[in-house]
Amino acid sequence: MGGKLVKLLADLKEQEALEFVEKALGKGVDPMNLLWDAKEGMKIVGHKFASEEYFIPELFFSGEILKGIVKLLEPHLKKEDETERLGKVIIGTVAGDIHDIGKNLVVFMLDVNGFEVVDLGIDVPVQKFVDAIKETGSTVVGLSGFLTLAFQSMKETVDAIKEAGLRDVKIMIGGGQINNQVRDFTGADAYGKDAMEAVKLAKGWIGG
Amino acid sequence: MEKKWEEMSPDEKQEAMFQSWLSPKDPEGNDLKFKSPEAEKLFKERATRIKDAIQMKKLPDRVPVCMFPNMFPVYYSGMTPQEVMYDYDKCSMAWKKFVLDFEPDTHMGCAAPGPGRFFEILDYKLYAWPGHGILPEHGYQCNEGEYMMADEYDALIQDPSNFFSNVYLPRVFGALEPFKMLPSLTGILEMYGVAFNFIPYGLPPVQAAYKALMEAGGEALKWAGVVGGFDGEMATLGFPQLLGGFTKAPFDTIGDTLRGTKGIMLDIYRQPDKLLQALDAITPLMIKMGVGAAQMTGNPIIFMPLHKGADGFLSDEQFKTFYWPTFRKVIVGLIDEGCVPFPAAEGGYNSRLKVIRDIPKGKTLWMLDQIDMAKAKEILGETACIFGNMTLSLLSLGTPQDVRDYAKKLIDTAGKGGGYIMANGAFFDNVKPENLKAMVDFTKEYGVYK
Repeated sequence: MGGKLVKLLADLKEQEALEFVEKALGKGVDPMNLLWDAKEGMKIVGHKFASEEYFIPELFFSGEILKGIVKLLEPHLKKEDETERLGKVIIGTVAGDIHDIGKNLVVFMLDVNGFEVVDLGIDVPVQKFVDAIKETGSTVVGLSGFLTLAFQSMKETVDAIKEAGLRDVKIMIGGGQINNQVRDFTGADAYGKDAMEAVKLAKGWIGG
Repeated sequence: MEKKWEEMSPDEKQEAMFQSWLSPKDPEGNDLKFKSPEAEKLFKERATRIKDAIQMKKLPDRVPVCMFPNMFPVYYSGMTPQEVMYDYDKCSMAWKKFVLDFEPDTHMGCAAPGPGRFFEILDYKLYAWPGHGILPEHGYQCNEGEYMMADEYDALIQDPSNFFSNVYLPRVFGALEPFKMLPSLTGILEMYGVAFNFIPYGLPPVQAAYKALMEAGGEALKWAGVVGGFDGEMATLGFPQLLGGFTKAPFDTIGDTLRGTKGIMLDIYRQPDKLLQALDAITPLMIKMGVGAAQMTGNPIIFMPLHKGADGFLSDEQFKTFYWPTFRKVIVGLIDEGCVPFPAAEGGYNSRLKVIRDIPKGKTLWMLDQIDMAKAKEILGETACIFGNMTLSLLSLGTPQDVRDYAKKLIDTAGKGGGYIMANGAFFDNVKPENLKAMVDFTKEYGVYK
């Protein structure tokens, strides 16, 4: 019966998906299986986004459907049920920039694709990225920025990570005016144009 | 005898508007006195160059060149955004230095930083600015949020103005929160009962809000005096102001200002009919906003910053259903009143070109950012003057030679046969001054039509 919820979520059938989960729980279906199916559905959403079948409305909407499903499942899940994660990724909007819509989409897509995301928020000071790498042992860092001032902040962040002797982490950057020229300037390892490219990059570096 | 405004065709209205732009007046309404005959000659040449590029009837003498900065003039003058937001004369000085040092064909006024004290008096929530959530050395940034809730579409649709005055303003300005107690003014009908409507105006919190409003108005007036004075002074020195006013695409008004990105994107799925009705309801207001500004400034060019219709935001189908129809209505509504809509497509717009070309020829100006300009010229360039595409990464990180090489490519492709204005693709803060200079000087030299 696994396939049904995967498809309902991938097709963005909000009401049907929620009803399906409620009924399945009533029938005693393992909530972990339902959660797994929901995440599989989200992965399809991600692929459809990458292939330009889905766009921003679908990312937000699928996120809301998933939120609704998780809310139904939560009372039935045990703490130890937490699925194993592929690896940790640190994400933040760099110093001086408070834009978060793109960053939040990246955090969300990394999360549903199996990564543990350490979201440092917006206007993140350089040192906070350095500290987070030390504290979490994460091997991938994503720097987000919408404004041109972010070019410099990204460079300073990459430099600080290097100076702290932590440059074996992989660093990806993204945002409105970011391209490969900016990547070269900042010294980051890669630039991704959207949330699914961030997932692809993280998978390439961490595996999974 | 001269035709009355109502009797004129859109073409005639546009021409009349451009003539008024070409013949600036002083604040008393007399013909502007230029600093020198040379300044007057330059003013007319520059404005005519822009007009010819936009109208696409006559080949301009060369590709016009403009610069559309965000906070660059501030940094270039060694100041901070905080300083110019609180000292309007400094703001005007920074922008003056910027225009005089680079000598583009037009300027965009010095209104971008805005009056800091005004925002403080009203406790504006939609933006964070230097000293209020932003460091002194950075420009203001948007705090997007849900200032209209998902279940408030009916209220907006039925009475958009009342929604703005009694619901939106109290949420977006802390000092105007008491306005949520105000009555709907359409209840003031006849002798009996009239006074009931005025009770809220007697309440101390409402009166305090009005006091703040009056104080903010005074501050806005002070600021506007400097900003207007700047435009006047620049005109006397030979530089026309490109912008006659501003309005927005209805989808962005709801998405940026009221519902936020996430809100409006969810509405596409959860309440598409309400969203479509609301877009229709505010369309006439967006037209009126642009037309009113153009008539006040005597300048037909109406800026429209576009956000949520860019490549990657919406599917083609969603763009054609939710974004374009009312956006097009605003464009046509402005054109009918002689205006030149000036939409700025920040980000990519490659997938939209075939849709947006469906507009009257020679009546719009399109600022393009990350786009294949050869394609833009081929598709959109048939009906519209295109503007921009010098990328921010190149201006920030490239060399002057990189900029010249790219400018040459732009002039050779987009500039072919007129209908192109050289400029940056999106607003810039920190770029290399020598790169801007390279863009302007190279265009003046290489962009001459023979």
